[in-house]
Formats: sequence, C-alpha cells, structure tokens
Amino acid sequence: MLSDVRPVDEREVSRILTEAWERKVPLELKGAGSKHNIGRPMTTSFSLSTRALRGITLYEPNEMVMAARAGTPLAQLETSLAERGQMLAFEPSNLASVAGGEANAATIGAVFATNLSGARRIMVGAARDHLLGVRAVNGRGELFKAGGRVMKNVTGVDLCRGLSGSWGTLAALSEVTFKVLPIPEHTETLVLLGLPDEIAIEVLCTAMGTPYEISAAVHLQAPLVARLEHEGLRGQKGAVTALRLENFKRSVVYRKAKLKALLKAYGEIHDLDHDNSLALWQELRALSPLQGSEAPLWRISTTPSTGPKVVAAIARYMELSAFYDWAGGLIWLELPPTTDAGAADIRRVIATHGGHATLIRAAAEVRAAVDVFQPLEPGVEALSRRLKTAFDPAGILNPGRMYADL
Amino acid sequence: MPENKAAMSRVVLPEPDRAIIARRDSIVAELRRLLGGEAVIADEVGRRTYETDALTAYRRLPLAVVLPGTTEEVAGVLRYCQQGGIKVVARGAGTSLSGGALPAEDAVVIGVSRMNRVLAIDYVNRVARVEVGITNLAISEAVKSAGFFYAPDPSSQLACTLAGNIGMNSGGAHCLKYGVTTNNVLGLKMVLIDGTIIELGGSHLDAPGYDLMGLAIGSEGQFGIVTEATVRILRAAEGARPMLLGFDSSEAAGQCVSAIIGSGIIPVAIEFMDRPAIRVCEAFAKAGYPDVEALLIVEVEGSNAEMTALLDTIGELAKPFQPRQIRVSQSAEQSAAIWKGRKAAFGAIGRISDYYCMDGTIPLGKLGEVLVEIARIGDKHGLRVANIFHAGDGNLHPLILYDANDAQQADKAEQAGAEMLELCVAVGGCLTGEHGVGIEKRDLMRVQFDASDLAQQMRIKTVFDPDWLLNPAKVFPLEGRTEAVKSTSLAAA
Repeated sequence: MLSDVRPVDEREVSRILTEAWERKVPLELKGAGSKHNIGRPMTTSFSLSTRALRGITLYEPNEMVMAARAGTPLAQLETSLAERGQMLAFEPSNLASVAGGEANAATIGAVFATNLSGARRIMVGAARDHLLGVRAVNGRGELFKAGGRVMKNVTGVDLCRGLSGSWGTLAALSEVTFKVLPIPEHTETLVLLGLPDEIAIEVLCTAMGTPYEISAAVHLQAPLVARLEHEGLRGQKGAVTALRLENFKRSVVYRKAKLKALLKAYGEIHDLDHDNSLALWQELRALSPLQGSEAPLWRISTTPSTGPKVVAAIARYMELSAFYDWAGGLIWLELPPTTDAGAADIRRVIATHGGHATLIRAAAEVRAAVDVFQPLEPGVEALSRRLKTAFDPAGILNPGRMYADL
Repeated sequence: MPENKAAMSRVVLPEPDRAIIARRDSIVAELRRLLGGEAVIADEVGRRTYETDALTAYRRLPLAVVLPGTTEEVAGVLRYCQQGGIKVVARGAGTSLSGGALPAEDAVVIGVSRMNRVLAIDYVNRVARVEVGITNLAISEAVKSAGFFYAPDPSSQLACTLAGNIGMNSGGAHCLKYGVTTNNVLGLKMVLIDGTIIELGGSHLDAPGYDLMGLAIGSEGQFGIVTEATVRILRAAEGARPMLLGFDSSEAAGQCVSAIIGSGIIPVAIEFMDRPAIRVCEAFAKAGYPDVEALLIVEVEGSNAEMTALLDTIGELAKPFQPRQIRVSQSAEQSAAIWKGRKAAFGAIGRISDYYCMDGTIPLGKLGEVLVEIARIGDKHGLRVANIFHAGDGNLHPLILYDANDAQQADKAEQAGAEMLELCVAVGGCLTGEHGVGIEKRDLMRVQFDASDLAQQMRIKTVFDPDWLLNPAKVFPLEGRTEAVKSTSLAAA
C-alpha cells in the first residue's frame, strides 16, 4: 500500500510538491480517490489527497457564488446550497459509482478537475462554465491563483478552463470558486415509450429547438430501462425517452402543454409529476442503470443527431446497451467484455462519424493496453505535451493517467 | 458604440525593431507573393486606417496589413513571419476599447475581415459554422428567420467580429442568462505561429484532452489566429419585456437586485444607471426616465403570461426598497422606450463630453461603497463620472468625462481610471469584465496577480507562441517576460 499524504493547507501541498519536483518523484493526485479506477493505470510513489483541505470559504447566495477548499465533499456542499434554495446547476454525475469507486465520496475539487457535468449541461453549461476561480499548486510546487469570485472576468489567461477536465495532470487544485444557481421551483418530465433510437433523438432535438428551455433530454434503451429503480418506469418493457422542464410552476405547466401539442405525432406522452421527476433525475444523475456491472463502459461525445448512427455502427460488431444524454450528444455505452473492451471498433466508428470516446470502466490491464482517452491529432497532441510541461515539467502529477508519457 | 479617445500616454510601448523596419520592402514583397497584391496594404494612407482601434489615444502605423481570404493563407503568412522573426497583430473590426488590436511599427497586421462567410447552419443540432471575420450581429441575422440567435451581444455587435469576440471572450447585456463567448463556442479552427492548422472541439458539447479551446478564447490574439468557429445558436424566447425601477439610492437598487436573484428569478438582463448617467441619457434620448439616484432596467423572457407574472413578482420584491417609480412595459413601443436611454448611453455621454470607459467587475454587495469611492476618485481629479453597471453579473462601467484636447485632463482621466480598477480588485473584483487587458490594463496586471500567477500564465503563452511574436506588448507587463519564457523552454528541453 502506497503512502497517502493528506496536507491540511495549501502551504503543505506546496511543500510536498516542491519536494517531489526536486526529487522527480511521481505521485497520484486525488480528492477522495473515488475515481481512482478511471483513466490509465499509473505508477507512482505515493498519493496526495486533498481530503483534509475542507470547508466552504465563501458563500454569497445573492451573488450566486460559493468558494470551497478542494477536498470539501460534494455532498456537504450541496446540502449547504440546498438550505438556501440553490444548487450546482451543472448537476455533476456520480461517475465514481460506475467505476467501482466509493459512492458519494466525491470532492468538489475533483468535480472540476474532471469537468464532471450531468444532464443539465445542455441548458446551463458544463462544470468548467461554472468555475470562476482557482487556487492551485503546479508541478514545481508553486502556488498560483487564477480567475476570481465574479461572474464576468476576462483578466489574463483563462486557467480555470485550462485546469477543468485535466484530471490532476497539470496542478493540484487547493480551492475553487464557482457559480451556483437557484433550485427551480417546479420540475416535470414528459416521457415517450418504445421509440427506436433515431426517432427518439429526433424528438429530443425537436424539443431542444423550441423556446421552452428543456433542462434535460435523455433516451435509454430497453435493457437499461429494466435496471431503473424508478417506480413508474421500472416495469416498462421498451425504451424510455424523457424531457425535463424546470421553472416556476406556471411556466412548466404552460410549456408542457405546448410541447405535448408539438410532439403528439410521436406517440402517447406520459407525465411524471414533480416528485416522480426528481426521483428519475436523481437516479440518472447517479448513473444507476450503469452501476453494478463490470462490463466495459464508454462515454462517447458526438453531434446529437449523429448519436444513433454511431451506436448503430458499433452495434454491427457487438451487443450493446446505450443511454443517450444531452439530446443524443452524450452516449454511455455498455459492451460485453472483450480483450480491448471494443476499443478498435469504437475508435474506427468515431473516426468516421466524428466525436470522441473515453473508456470509463474496464479492467486495469485493458486500460493499460488501449487508449482510454481519445487519441489526439498531432498538432493538438504537441500543444498538449507543451501545456503539460508548462505546469508540470518533471511529469510528476498523475503521470500517464490521460495519455501515455503525459 | 463606445470609443476611448484622448491623447493618453501612461502606457509605454516598446521601441520597434529597426532591423525589421529596414526589411520592410522585402517583407511586403514576400507577403504579396504569398497572398497576391490585392490582399496586402503597404501604402501609408492604407496603413493609417489600421493605426489604432477604439482606444484611439494610442496609434502606431503598422509595418504592413494583410487581408487573407483563407485559413491556408493565414498559415502561410504566419509561417513566414515566424521564420523571419516578424511580429504579428491579429485584427477583427478594430473595436477593442483596451488597445487589443493596436498595431506596432515592426508588426504585420493580419485582418480577418474578408473571411466572413456563414459556412453551415444546423438547426437540428443548434450550431452554426462561420468564418470569424463575420460580425457578431450577422450571425444572429443569419439564423433569425428560423427563430434562433447567437447569444453574446457586446454593445459593438453591429461592427465587431466574432474573431475579436473570441480574442476577448466578449460578453454583453444578456450574459447573465446566456453566458459569454467561451460558453457559446464549441469548436475553433486556429492557426499557430508556425503555420500549423489545428481543429479544437467540434459540434459536440465537450472536447477530448485538455481544454485548449478554453485557453485560446480570451487569449487576446496571443495564442494563434482563429479563422473558423462552430458556435451554439439558441432558439429565441417567445418574447422579452423590460421594466424600469427608480430608487433613491444606489444601495437600495443594489439590494433590490440581490432580492430578485435571491428569489430564484434569473432575469435575462439587469442594467443599472446612476444619476449622472440617467440625466445625460434622458437629456439626449427623452426616454422618460425619472430623475432618481439609481435606475434599474430588468428584462425577463417568456410568453406574455409568463412575463407578466415574473414582472409582477419583481415589482413585489422591489417594494421593501421603496422604489420611487416602477414602470412595466405594456407594449413593444414601451419596451423600446425603456431601453432607449440605456442603449443610447455611450452616444449621449459622448455628445456632451469626451469620456473614458472603464470595465471592472465587483461583487454586487460592494456596489454602494464602490460608487461612493468612485465619486471620490473623480472629485479628487476634478472629473465627473457616470456609472453604467451590468448589475446581474457585477460588471461596472464608470465613464470618466474629460476634455481630450486638454493633455492634463487626459492624463488625470487615465490616472483616475487606473485607481478605479485598483478599487475593483481591492473589493474582490477584477480589472476587466469584458473589454480585455490589451495595452490599457497591462501594467495593472500586477495589482490583481502576483509573480507566480503571472508566471504560470506566461508559460502558457509560451506554449502557444514560443518566440512571443503574436500581439506583442499586450496583456503581460513588459518586465518579467524573459524569465517566464526561459523557465518554460528550459524545462521543455
């Protein structure tokens, strides 16, 4: 068991990383470590956890801004927000739970380090769109800050975006400042049953093209519907297509009627009331239909209307189950176990259709053997290598987690 | 459209490289060979057109101006410039208020204005692919017939290009709800200084690997030259309607904004004007504004019934702050009247005086104390100040009135502006919310960032532009650059 150091303040993070830089000692950077099994397996000498960097350092509900030390548990912070009727609008999904990690352990720093964005991303933006400021320590042990606590800020290079989704390979976040939004007063869901993928995505895209502010648009193939716990939907035999409306109640009621009229040609449209809606979206945020399996799981990002074509092309080679989010633009794909977790076929299909794919769940030996993250074009790869060097010249931070030798 | 003009002199621009200027004829000849004669502007009169941007206080005659028509031509020019050690300044429409597009005597200006086509519109996936020389408004115009629009709406949107918007990560009045440029761009085609053409992102909602696109947007033309972009287009709301609220104090107006946001309502825009701004705008636009200490224009979107309900609620929320006037628009004409004064603000103030438009951001809760302090700074320098504020997102525009023909006053305006921005930073805000750093705030960067913050930013600049040829003398203080470059290259070696 490698030693796990838990610095209690950012100076200590800086001291540890300075020493690691001087001695060129590779380390695993993590929050609670619940996403440890995602990415390429790493060879490191020790791990640095931000767990002990805890606490909300700023919360101004009327300015919709919060700051917290990186190791603050997401769950704790969401409780504090809910007490004031607010939330993290980008709805970070529970990625750890599908990759054998501890559920509900995620820290806020890791949420941003992995740019973890859920269903509401289509309306309000991704995690990185909400990150306003950071304090972080780079691979030389130098503490730096970027951004701030205000919504509009174009002062200097946008390091907040640069660090979002870098999976701890560039710097250790020690504190994050982010935008929060009010919890909508009322939520309802429109559900269509048994639609084939192509038609379902057409429904979702049609709804997205209306002025009714759809806040989530998903489609689950039948085998994944069978794994839902949701009382209303669990017994359904076929696929489920769902659209979420969130707003003040009068707006939800009005918009629901408009949408039903618009989509009536696609079949019977069922309603989920407020409580039933919350239950469904809570479950989807937890990615619960994808839990409890060890089968390979991919996350594919593509142009929404291309989604069903990508899935159909891959389905020619193997059995699969698909969960479409973001109106078809995000696909969670569960496949039968094979030596390469389907990587060769998936990469070939993606190359034809456009988009990118990340292997979220697979045995360590598979993740060591195939590209886990989408291989980059040569020009972009060269820039990415130089970017890594600009933060972490000795390559000590999460070495090889995203790409070999990076 | 705002313009910052004056004979200002606070910002030091480096001495041009005489060796490059001496090579001018051969450089022009090579540019003509690369692009054809039509696309190269070398005569002095032609180059004068490009000598400044909307920070007209600073002017420099560029070495040459090129107007390429394709990405490949941009790549050819950049490759040649890098090999020859020639600096390059990217330019959209030249509407920067911070000197972001200011040329240099030893630099080639690459203007993207000829590359202004809409390449593809995809309503199903709600994206449009455009060349970045297109104006901001032209994108919305291109998709208007289908009921769509492109969300960021800087006040210069009729003239400014998407290229400049991407360079500066431009915002606008409606970004409280819809975000700024970086939140609305999904893909970029960018040419690096060595002529490499890269594609970042695409028409999907996230990109693989590091967020290089996020770093490039707002990099003020320092990382590469963007030639094409895929932007999100959104279906417009069914309608939009404003209301006007007048208050006896700025604090009351600020607290009212807090109450609205605290209630869970996110209006599409919340604009604030103080008494000096109201009076000037009213005198010019006759919008029927009340003579109050502070005025809010709050706009909501939706169906008629939705808007009526939201505006009623906002009216109720405002009551504890004792508004002197509440006027809810009942028609398109009344909506136009409410916006008329605000939209005419820059023109109205420009009619009575030269002005210097500042662009800090502050936490909303500090509004009252910041306005008091801004007035004090103005008094100290003997200058009047009018304030316009995007209250929802904290973006404050103090307009410092002065006489551009009076060198001493111009100097004081520049000094007062710097003090106001330092104040924004001191209360927890930042130097610039949407205009960018450019040359204007370059030397103030140390107020907001310490040495290690800046070193990290400069190392990233070096990742994209190892020889620092792109948009020189901007954004980063001139001292300390060499160190950052050295630390990056050494480590990479």
